[in-house]
Amino acid sequence: MKFRMKDEFVGLTWVSPWIVGFLAFLLIPAGMSLYFSFTDYPLLESPVWVGLGNYKRLLSDEVFHKALVNTFIYAGAAIPLSVLLAVVLAALLNTKGLRWTRFFEAAIFMPTLAPLVASSMVWMWILNGRFGLLNQFLGLLHISGPNWLLREGWAMAALVIVALWGVGQAVILCVAALKEVPEQLYEAANLDGMGPVRQFINVTLPMISPVILFNTITMLIGAFQVFVVPYVLFQKDKGGPNKSGYFYTSYLYDNAFVYGQMGYASALAWVQLLIILLLTGLLFLASRRLVFYRGA
Amino acid sequence: MNREPSPPLTLRSATSLVTLLIASVLFLAPIVWMMATSWKPEAQAASETIRLFADPVADTPAAAKENYSAVWNDVTIRFPIYLRNTLIVALLSVVGMVLSSAVVAYGFARVQWRGRSALFTLVLATMMIPFPVLMTPLFVLFAKIGWIGTLRPLWVPAWFGAAFNIFLLRQFYMGIPRELDEAARIDGCSHWGIFWRIILPLSRPALAVVALFHFMYVWNDFLAPMVFVQHQDMFTLALGLQLYQSKAGNTPWNLLMAASTMVMAPVLLLFMATQRTFVKGLTGGASKE
Repeated sequence: MKFRMKDEFVGLTWVSPWIVGFLAFLLIPAGMSLYFSFTDYPLLESPVWVGLGNYKRLLSDEVFHKALVNTFIYAGAAIPLSVLLAVVLAALLNTKGLRWTRFFEAAIFMPTLAPLVASSMVWMWILNGRFGLLNQFLGLLHISGPNWLLREGWAMAALVIVALWGVGQAVILCVAALKEVPEQLYEAANLDGMGPVRQFINVTLPMISPVILFNTITMLIGAFQVFVVPYVLFQKDKGGPNKSGYFYTSYLYDNAFVYGQMGYASALAWVQLLIILLLTGLLFLASRRLVFYRGA
Repeated sequence: MNREPSPPLTLRSATSLVTLLIASVLFLAPIVWMMATSWKPEAQAASETIRLFADPVADTPAAAKENYSAVWNDVTIRFPIYLRNTLIVALLSVVGMVLSSAVVAYGFARVQWRGRSALFTLVLATMMIPFPVLMTPLFVLFAKIGWIGTLRPLWVPAWFGAAFNIFLLRQFYMGIPRELDEAARIDGCSHWGIFWRIILPLSRPALAVVALFHFMYVWNDFLAPMVFVQHQDMFTLALGLQLYQSKAGNTPWNLLMAASTMVMAPVLLLFMATQRTFVKGLTGGASKE
């Protein structure tokens, strides 16, 4: 082969656009941010070194604690429910002999495509205490719905409902995984006298567990970035009733671009990244027992 | 696809069908409700009964026309300009994203070199880094080179590829038989020739998926435009919509829903037109080995 001699050079040339972008828009900014996180950096002045000052401040910052706890509550509720809902909907979509699958898939998937600002505004209208569709619907069932966006606990519940509405992508991935499960496994399970429920637990779930893990990790990264929906829903009362709709990224944004504290915002960003990496690592560790890889 | 006769409904598939019908109604209800509100007169938008159309129904088209033209012709919130900006960003960044990802993916799929798989792992790892973590330093960086307040921060980075798209295209290239490359090489084709004459033409479906995904991403993105684009003249549709809602304070719901429908409709129509390609692209990377 005539390319042999300068293979490294040729290869690196082909991938050079990515390398340049990686340096310019990721590695260098990340380095800058690490440096800023050890400084006091009001937007219009030069950064001044403060050592661990910003990180120490995090320990006693009550707004930060509130935003962090809210984010964990949101992630803790939205992720398991979404993962579960995705598996259930995918199993239904994968029923043998089902009709109109393309329509169902589209209906479930479309919400994930809608621009978040637009769908947040729609949800604001739906969750409206008096005229909102949700409470009108509950009214038909003779349930008097709460004032979703103005009451502390209900505001979080409302955000979880909006998150569940966006489960479509996870459903599509689960359906694809279900289609890959070899038919012989079910035949064998039938011969063993397994009922549908035990087949689902003993055959289906292990076979699609890599996708479930993938969905969980994607949702985890997403949940720690949640910003637009609460930003639009709780704009008027700045973070919702008693700040119950105020999240990690909301606080990061406010510090950087509203209070002009770039140093503190950078410390927040690094802690956010560490939390995400740590939780993802833990998920991988936990999954070693739970996830089944074919061919492994 | 050949048309098969519908299989008979069993008890199990009928149960799934009914459950999915209910689920679809719930998933679509917000979108339907948005549209329904957008064609009602203001006085009827907030009512305590559920109605899809204006009352009397014959008034619906006139109310719709009035609402949509009120939004489109608003004097302070200029949706025509936001549409123009969004289309500029979308065009420039979709072209850049498709070209750069296609080239980079070739380097990972078809050129043999030391360090390739290590670097590819790094590419995949960047998918884990959320945008909020980088937005502060990126703002400082773009401010230093005078890009804040222009559209450049929204489309220039797209010309350097993105991990997911590189991954998707690499998977697709791997499925193209290597014999084609070998034959071309014997005919004296360089890497560039193989890429341009063989790989690119055969990858049209995958390139379309990348273009589609990236277009949707640009259309929907909110946080990056909000951070980097600070002149109202440079706003994108997503930003403009939010401004429309927050500025007017008491904007009637029927107008807000008309504005939301305008921003949402193009992506939903695009999806309906390309559903099969779209779903394949979404799962294609995962289902191929």
